[in-house]
Amino acid sequence: MLTKKAKFFLYSGALLVIIVSLFPFYWAIISSFKSGSELFRTNFWPETFSFGNYAAIFKEQPFGRNILNSILVATGTVLICLSLAVSAAYALGRVSFKGRSLLLMTILSVSMFPQVAVLSGMFEMIRALGLYNNHFGLILSYMVLTLPFTIWILTTFMKQLPKEVEEAAILDGASAWTICFKIFLPLLWPALVTTGLLAFIAAWNEFLFALTFTVESKARTVPVAIALMTGASEYELPWGNIMAASVVVTVPLIILVLIFQKRIVSGLTAGAVKG
Amino acid sequence: MAENSKSQLTRYRTKMAWLFVLPTLLVLLVAAGWPLVRTVWFSFTDASLSALSEKDWIGFDNFMFLFQDEGWWQSVSNTLIFAVSSVFFETLFGLMIAVILHANFRGRPWVRTAVLVPWAIPTIVSAKMWRWMFNDVYGVVNAMLLKLGLIDQPLAWTADTNLSMLTVIIVDVWKTTPFMALLLLAGLQMLPQECFEAARVDGIHPLRVFYRVTLPLLKPTIVVAVIFRMLDALRVFDLFYILTSGSTDTMSMSVYARQQLFDFQSVGLGSAASTLLFVLIAFTTLLFLKLGRSKKTDL
Repeated sequence: MLTKKAKFFLYSGALLVIIVSLFPFYWAIISSFKSGSELFRTNFWPETFSFGNYAAIFKEQPFGRNILNSILVATGTVLICLSLAVSAAYALGRVSFKGRSLLLMTILSVSMFPQVAVLSGMFEMIRALGLYNNHFGLILSYMVLTLPFTIWILTTFMKQLPKEVEEAAILDGASAWTICFKIFLPLLWPALVTTGLLAFIAAWNEFLFALTFTVESKARTVPVAIALMTGASEYELPWGNIMAASVVVTVPLIILVLIFQKRIVSGLTAGAVKG
Repeated sequence: MAENSKSQLTRYRTKMAWLFVLPTLLVLLVAAGWPLVRTVWFSFTDASLSALSEKDWIGFDNFMFLFQDEGWWQSVSNTLIFAVSSVFFETLFGLMIAVILHANFRGRPWVRTAVLVPWAIPTIVSAKMWRWMFNDVYGVVNAMLLKLGLIDQPLAWTADTNLSMLTVIIVDVWKTTPFMALLLLAGLQMLPQECFEAARVDGIHPLRVFYRVTLPLLKPTIVVAVIFRMLDALRVFDLFYILTSGSTDTMSMSVYARQQLFDFQSVGLGSAASTLLFVLIAFTTLLFLKLGRSKKTDL
């Protein structure tokens, strides 16, 4: 049993962690409901709840369109990334062939790339392919961010699947295709949900590529739209609108994370701790 | 006969394995390999954004310019100070939170859930949220510090070049400590429980157990987590881009490179800066790998 002193430290530490973690988002929510001059007073509860800031972001700029862009780009990234990663993870996790660990290290080393190191080359290529200001350009560039860790995590999960299943399938004359997609894929659902979510979050939050490879406000994704929100002058940022937009894009994400928190934690740690 | 069919199977599986990896390799070659090669190539030319195809080979001129540019060296030192100090505090706080989450007490799920919130919030959004909280006139941080009597007058957290580094570090620590805490918690949960049982039975002070048993056992996990975060911190872009005033005194290497590339349209110079950042990160990775390997042979 814990001593009284240890208990005191534990609970006050836990309370502090909760407050520090949640206060900034609480403050964003409170600010987003404040209107007019109330925004500039630091009271911890709004005197009147106003949805004016929320109405403004959809009226004054194509924020609805920005959300749609983000959903399309993130979903596209997840689908393409997972379909590539499943077969790669099968090969890297289940078949022992020469050069396997070198391949795995090469793929993993891509996740070490600083984004800015591929920026000018990617810019040139995206323009040459006619993908500038376009969802597909972003999806292609997001493969750099999502594929390596997706493959890494899926490979660890592939390795854990029972050997007997595969041996039985081989004796029955099943092809590698059948084993990977008909037998293993159904067993991999939990891992796919985890990696899919992580890839979705990575694509949803990405900023540098989205800032660089889009130019019109209609083509922007949500982070770029929020970052570039401006007011009447450079020094008068529309904080009410920015906070409302922040709440709109963050709430769905937080709900997703809360629902899937066990899976996300296991995914985040699977790659690092076992590797 | 059996031997023959076995080797046939191996050959078939090897062939299929390569076929299965091929699409991924092609995509990575197109999306990562080729752009990287082009960036390095650009860094030896005088390419400009408006005329990417009309460029001349100018050797190491871009690198020479960077080595003499004060702004570049400022961004290098900013990046290094940022990376080292934020990773240090993240590890420290992450360890504390991991220990709290490892203890058995009522309300533990609540703490774990709360910790995931900063992780889930997009970096741009957290930067904006904190920029609003750090606003010099209307910000809640100044208001609270004034009320507590810790400061006499409002501080310009983001505009003051001396303070903005601290601001960026605070926000990064807030945002990424959860990742650290979860990694370290996973490490803690994998440690053999017998050592702790034995220590408890012997009545050894918990702090002593922590320093003598937990920390040494946890060291491999800490090292991996620190490497992960360090490589991530060295390429920082979003936080500096949103949180600082954009003056040359408060840029990270990524921000400097992007400014050269797109604001000043100097693709050659920007690519040279990007290439140097890539080399720095690759070098750091190799260093860590080497350190990790020599540690292992020691054991």
